[in-house]
Amino acid sequence: MKVYGKVHKYGDNVDTDVIIPARYLNTSDPKELAAKCMMDIDADFVSRVEPGDIIVANKNFGCGSSREHAPIAIKASGISCVIAETFARIFYRNAINIGLPIIECPDAVKNIEAGDEVVVDFDEGMIYNRTKGTKYRGQAFPEFMQGIIKTEGLINYINQRY
Amino acid sequence: MGMTMSQKILASHAGLSQVTAGQLIEANLDMVLGNDVTAPIAIKEMEKMTINKVFDKDKIALVPDHFTPNKDIKSAENCLCMREFAMEQDITNYFEIGEMGIEHALLPEKGLVAAGDLIIGADSHTCTYGALGAFSTGVGSTDMAAGMATGKGWFKVPSAIKFVLSGKPDEWVSGKDVILHIIGMIGVDGALYKSMEFVGDGIKNLSMDDRFTIANMAIEAGAKNGIFPVDEKTLKYMDDHGANKYSIFVPDEDAEYDEVYEIDLSTIKSTVAFPHLPENARTIDNVGDIKIDQVVIGSCTNGRIEDLRAAAKVLAGRKVAKGMRLIVFPATQAIYLQAMEEGLLATFIKAGGVVSTPTCGPCLGGHMGILAAGERAVSTTNRNFVGRMGHVKSEVYLASPAVAAATAVTGKISGPKDLGL
Ligand code: SF4
Repeated sequence: MKVYGKVHKYGDNVDTDVIIPARYLNTSDPKELAAKCMMDIDADFVSRVEPGDIIVANKNFGCGSSREHAPIAIKASGISCVIAETFARIFYRNAINIGLPIIECPDAVKNIEAGDEVVVDFDEGMIYNRTKGTKYRGQAFPEFMQGIIKTEGLINYINQRY
Repeated sequence: MGMTMSQKILASHAGLSQVTAGQLIEANLDMVLGNDVTAPIAIKEMEKMTINKVFDKDKIALVPDHFTPNKDIKSAENCLCMREFAMEQDITNYFEIGEMGIEHALLPEKGLVAAGDLIIGADSHTCTYGALGAFSTGVGSTDMAAGMATGKGWFKVPSAIKFVLSGKPDEWVSGKDVILHIIGMIGVDGALYKSMEFVGDGIKNLSMDDRFTIANMAIEAGAKNGIFPVDEKTLKYMDDHGANKYSIFVPDEDAEYDEVYEIDLSTIKSTVAFPHLPENARTIDNVGDIKIDQVVIGSCTNGRIEDLRAAAKVLAGRKVAKGMRLIVFPATQAIYLQAMEEGLLATFIKAGGVVSTPTCGPCLGGHMGILAAGERAVSTTNRNFVGRMGHVKSEVYLASPAVAAATAVTGKISGPKDLGL
């Protein structure tokens, strides 16, 4: 699987409250959530984002609450992948469980700037920065998680086993 | 190789004699929790599954606490979805608002979680039950759906950081000050993916309510779980609350830890976390002059009876400052009733505060105390992220109930000692 898109870049500790503020959690409709995505950190995000775009962030992306609304909102906004130095652990699990591709790679994050065009090849675990002509190896998923991603989420994975 | 407390609980639930950090395991769950924000998504996910019955109707807890009493039509619909599911699946531990409370105060109080248990909850502060010597951790709604259907969950075995506590905290220093001090020290990702294991003879000087507060905020350091050893206080708590099936796990002597911190509780001062991260900790003597508009006392972090007692002790015979809004929300109906019987609620009301029904309310900027642009709150809750309690230009300062109460009186961030206490 490969994704390709333009980068939206953020700093450290982007928390779930700014990804999708709690005041919008009275719904779980992906479209409604996507319309408020990143609102409290980047009010223009929703008007700028195009299908396939990539979010790149520093450390501890997705810290805070366990709300699955956060990866759902990101995925439904058209984002094809999130690259970060590190992810907060519940966000990491949730992204895998709902089938939002994510990859950890501190070196790539340091090099990539907002607006760069980036390709991520998940089969190879490689990140290519087309704008700068650089490439990086990200951390590949363990086999078990690959199984979940291949079946497009935990629910399908379990359905196959039971 | 030796195992930590957390690793031993995971191994026992996975039917393994040994696990090591980094290993992926599948383990049996003792309790699966969800609330009115996360459970509706889990319920919809479960509809997509081939399994359509929950694995054990006694091992699921559904608590409508975030936007209840229903704040608007959408919240009402979420609660309805959860209620109908609970009826249809005959869930034993579904709590309607008259018997409810904030989930992480409620489950221990009802004896639904005990030492040695493995618990997942679709709420990040599920780590609270580590105070009882359980392994409990927050997950998302899809994990909750899988857990409800299969009774199993997948885990990556965590490594651990050990905190050796010694000494006795000062009269006005509580579990909240201890955990804010620790997060200030290691940062909001200081324990990312790891267990925080608390040991040492200082633990005997921490009440169960202190321990719940500390374990509750392990997630604010990025931890997977926080856990305390079981002692006489734990056993008494479980006995008082009817949690009679438990197992005690102690770490192996040769267990490996990524880091070890020694903390003398007698040196910890009242601590306040400044906006917009729990790691921005400052001791009370370094807070400066900061005017506050609203004080919130409650939540799964500090809405227990001892918290209310500490706040009432500060507020007794005093009045909140002119222009200050004091909102107290006891964490459960039982705590609310006890606080009423002890006269604490009267103290809050006489001081000029309001007392709310148990709800998450203002903690997550849901309802019952939202901040306008430019307003500042001191809150006994656990997060002070941008926009957490309202407008993105509002500010939240995290503190103990004693500091929050003193602040309500003076109108600026203050400790009990500023009132001569
Ligand atoms: S009180 Fe706050 S932190 Fe606790 S469960 Fe409710 S929203 Fe979450």
